[in-house]
Amino acid sequence: MHALISRLRYASVGVAVLLSGCNLEVLTPKGDIGAQEKSLILIALGLMAIVAIPVIAMTLWFPWRYRSGNKKATYTPNWSHSTKIEVVVWTIPAIIIVILASITWTSSHALDPYKPLESEAKPVTVQVVSMDWKWLFVYPEYGVASVNELAFPTDRPVNFQITSDSVMNAFFIPQLGSQIYAMAGMETKLHLIAREPGTYEGLSSNFSGEGFSDMHFKAIATTEDGFKDWIAKAKATPLTLDADSYKSLAQPSEKAPVAYYGTVTPGLFASVVNKHMGEMSHEAANHGEMPMEGMQMDMHHHEDGDAVSSNITPAKAEK
Amino acid sequence: MFGKLTLDAIPYHEPIVMGTLVAVILGGLAMLAVITKFRLWGYLWKEWFTSVDHKKIGIMYIIVALVMLLRGFSDAIMMRMQQAMAAGESAGYLPPHHFDQVFTAHGVIMIFFVAMPFITGLMNMVVPLQIGARDVAYPFLNSLSFWLFMSGVVLVMVSLFVGDFAATGWLAYPPLSGIKYSPTVGVDYYIWSLQLSGLGTTLSGINFIVTIMKMRAPGMTLMKMPVFTWTALVTNILIVAAFPILTVTLALLTADRYLDMHFFTNELGGNAMMYVNMIWIWGHPEVYILILPCFGAFSEIVATFSKKPLFGYTSMVYATSCIGVLSFVVWLHHFFTMGSGANVNAFFGITTMIISVPTGAKLFNWLFTMYRGRVQFTVPMLWTVGFMVTFVIGGVTGVLLAVPGADFLLHNSVFLIAHFHNVIIGGVVFGVFAAINYWFPKAFGFRLNEFWGKASFWCWLVGFWMAFAPLYVLGLKGMTRRMNHYANPDWQPFLIVAALGAAVIALGIFCTLVQFYVSIRDRKKLTDPSGDPWGGRTLEWAISSPAPFYNFAIVPQIKELDQFWEDKQNGVAYVQPAKYEDIHMPRNTGVGVVMGAFGTVLGFALVWHIWWLAAVGLLGMIGAFIVRAYDRDIDYWVPAAEVEKIERSRHAQLQQFQTTQVAPVAAPQRQKVA
Repeated sequence: MHALISRLRYASVGVAVLLSGCNLEVLTPKGDIGAQEKSLILIALGLMAIVAIPVIAMTLWFPWRYRSGNKKATYTPNWSHSTKIEVVVWTIPAIIIVILASITWTSSHALDPYKPLESEAKPVTVQVVSMDWKWLFVYPEYGVASVNELAFPTDRPVNFQITSDSVMNAFFIPQLGSQIYAMAGMETKLHLIAREPGTYEGLSSNFSGEGFSDMHFKAIATTEDGFKDWIAKAKATPLTLDADSYKSLAQPSEKAPVAYYGTVTPGLFASVVNKHMGEMSHEAANHGEMPMEGMQMDMHHHEDGDAVSSNITPAKAEK
Repeated sequence: MFGKLTLDAIPYHEPIVMGTLVAVILGGLAMLAVITKFRLWGYLWKEWFTSVDHKKIGIMYIIVALVMLLRGFSDAIMMRMQQAMAAGESAGYLPPHHFDQVFTAHGVIMIFFVAMPFITGLMNMVVPLQIGARDVAYPFLNSLSFWLFMSGVVLVMVSLFVGDFAATGWLAYPPLSGIKYSPTVGVDYYIWSLQLSGLGTTLSGINFIVTIMKMRAPGMTLMKMPVFTWTALVTNILIVAAFPILTVTLALLTADRYLDMHFFTNELGGNAMMYVNMIWIWGHPEVYILILPCFGAFSEIVATFSKKPLFGYTSMVYATSCIGVLSFVVWLHHFFTMGSGANVNAFFGITTMIISVPTGAKLFNWLFTMYRGRVQFTVPMLWTVGFMVTFVIGGVTGVLLAVPGADFLLHNSVFLIAHFHNVIIGGVVFGVFAAINYWFPKAFGFRLNEFWGKASFWCWLVGFWMAFAPLYVLGLKGMTRRMNHYANPDWQPFLIVAALGAAVIALGIFCTLVQFYVSIRDRKKLTDPSGDPWGGRTLEWAISSPAPFYNFAIVPQIKELDQFWEDKQNGVAYVQPAKYEDIHMPRNTGVGVVMGAFGTVLGFALVWHIWWLAAVGLLGMIGAFIVRAYDRDIDYWVPAAEVEKIERSRHAQLQQFQTTQVAPVAAPQRQKVA
């Protein structure tokens, strides 16, 4: 018995060491969205524990208590119905689900990735393009771009406009919060804010083929000055991201090194979205009749809050 | 002449694949030699391949599922080894090209060619017996379903050695699965193997709905139907409603790949999001198709081994039906991160969590069945209790993932992987093993060895938690699914534990195989002379083990829910009728085998664009069907005298058994551990 207890003690120390040494990044948020999602996870788990823990305890207790060898236990061979018990086992879980459902409703609206964050500070816009197999970040307000490295100031909302130049990916910085898919010919949106400076892991969380595993990037949350320096560093880079250099960048490659572009052709992001819009838009583009911006297929919210992808055809856009 | 097929299609340069090929060829040759040596071809053809007997078809489904479990599990072990190795600079031993096929094949095989045939096999074995029927409504269709399923199995296995398999993930989302990003035949193998086996599944869904609705014994109203049959009914309704969606989705993908259409690529107004929606409108009901019959099996088992009727039969039936309906309005929870609005996400999140209410009610019903019972810790009961504990955790993490705000963090992480293995292994696999141990005597006439059964259970339980608890943690550490290698060295210790867990599960599978071997060896000792080894409650236990080919000599009359139990209580369970009657039975036919074979040819030819061969396959299938349609010799009568002879010997055996027992048949003998 003593041996058992001491063994248990060692085991519990082991578990404690293991857990303290194990840093759960997703539950160590560095921004508002992540923080809200973390508490949402903990609240939901807590609510469910109200039912789950007694059920597990009963699952272990009942068969043991009423094991066939235990003749002291009551045996009711024909008992198979009790309205009281039925009412309880349907009602209590239902009440918990009603609570959880109302939390779900509110939190789904509060955490809607498309919803701009309320903040005094001016947001930064970053246009994100997932490629085979790297990430391109374009800063339209600064006219610079970077590959596999993303920087933004803390305490300022970042508005991400996301698309893909190949298959589906998902744009995800676990410590900042939500992820969202990147899809060709469509623009998805994500709004995040970082509260602590630091370099966080960013990745694609949707399988996209051979080079998928190396599709990470560094997300650098920095001070206002640090961000200015980063932009200046990018601007000082003599490379230009125009149609030609974009074409060579878009070629499939793995473990692409971090790169900066000091100049970016305006409207590049829109043209990437557009490129996947099909032959009609190609024709129009070739004839030079169409401003590129007008033709995005945009995943946007209608008034009722549902997302739809609306395909603005060239004909419509011409009007 | 041979379309895209050349000798280069055989992956000579991949030692793992070639090693497997050699092993398969040698194993196959050895098996063929044994069959030939013991002159078993005729027996196999006459008694099994051409059989329309639902019990034999059920057994064949389960044997194939077990074989495919070994294949799908080898994929699992390969993945776990790769991820345990490939940290930091290490690339592991599987290049992405191979690894991506392995995880795709693992998912496809485990769902379509392991879980589905297990479930279909169980329903085949049990449903007609539980409702007092002599076979399913359409016995030939049943055989055809099985052989169409087999042609899917063959195609998947061929893809290992000729060409490649999809490297897209098990649901093959476009554009990745489109011809531009997946130009090889991998996705085509995926499409055609699922189309063939899916057709078989749809047909068997129709078959079982008709069987259950039209062929119940007189007096068996819907609310006197055993719970397993109820779950089978709901499952088959789901199959008939959901599988055509899969068929259409894959057909549209086929049109994109073969005919340069653009249903799922942006050109000309197509949209990949449509595929994602459609595949999950099938995909979500699919998981309930798998789990509901397992719930049914657990219900039968928990009542039998608690020596009490099932608590809350009515609420169980309503819970099952509720789950069936709700399963069609939750699909969007698989892609909350695709950019739907908050209203849409919240709606699908809430419908999803509502499912936990009837599911929770089921758990409570099982608990209160054990409450004030006399619980016997047999192998099926261990699986049931193990399931209940494990499944609660899986349910909790599932509801958590149903909250869109939480899913935004956890989607596509290995936390999700841990969750669905938690419910599929903890629910479906545990359920299938419980059911196999429970109904095995009815299929073969002897029980399975308890010691090896228990050993298997403990290995699976411990192995499962070792393999998947680390994945829950890793998901919270930001590890995403389907990674061939990773830079973060912190993940490695967890992945090593997970790999060890997989090894413990492997030990569990090994124990199951030993269990079969030992039980067959000791079949005399484990024999079930009564036909009722557990003190069962439902009709299948009223007849001999193994069940006679006509199931019931006299169609039973039903007045109670647990009619057989009542009969035993009233001492009228084994009364011999004064007179037997001729029995009408379906005749065996090889048309199912032939159509399945032509189906395989068709699928293979379509994969490789060998159009003339595809025509041969299709015409062969149609031709065989027409021949069958004109066949008038499809049934026969078993003379009353023969029935009487079989039943007499059954009753003689029963009487001899009863006189050697102190207690009446009801009390099962606990087998001593060897």
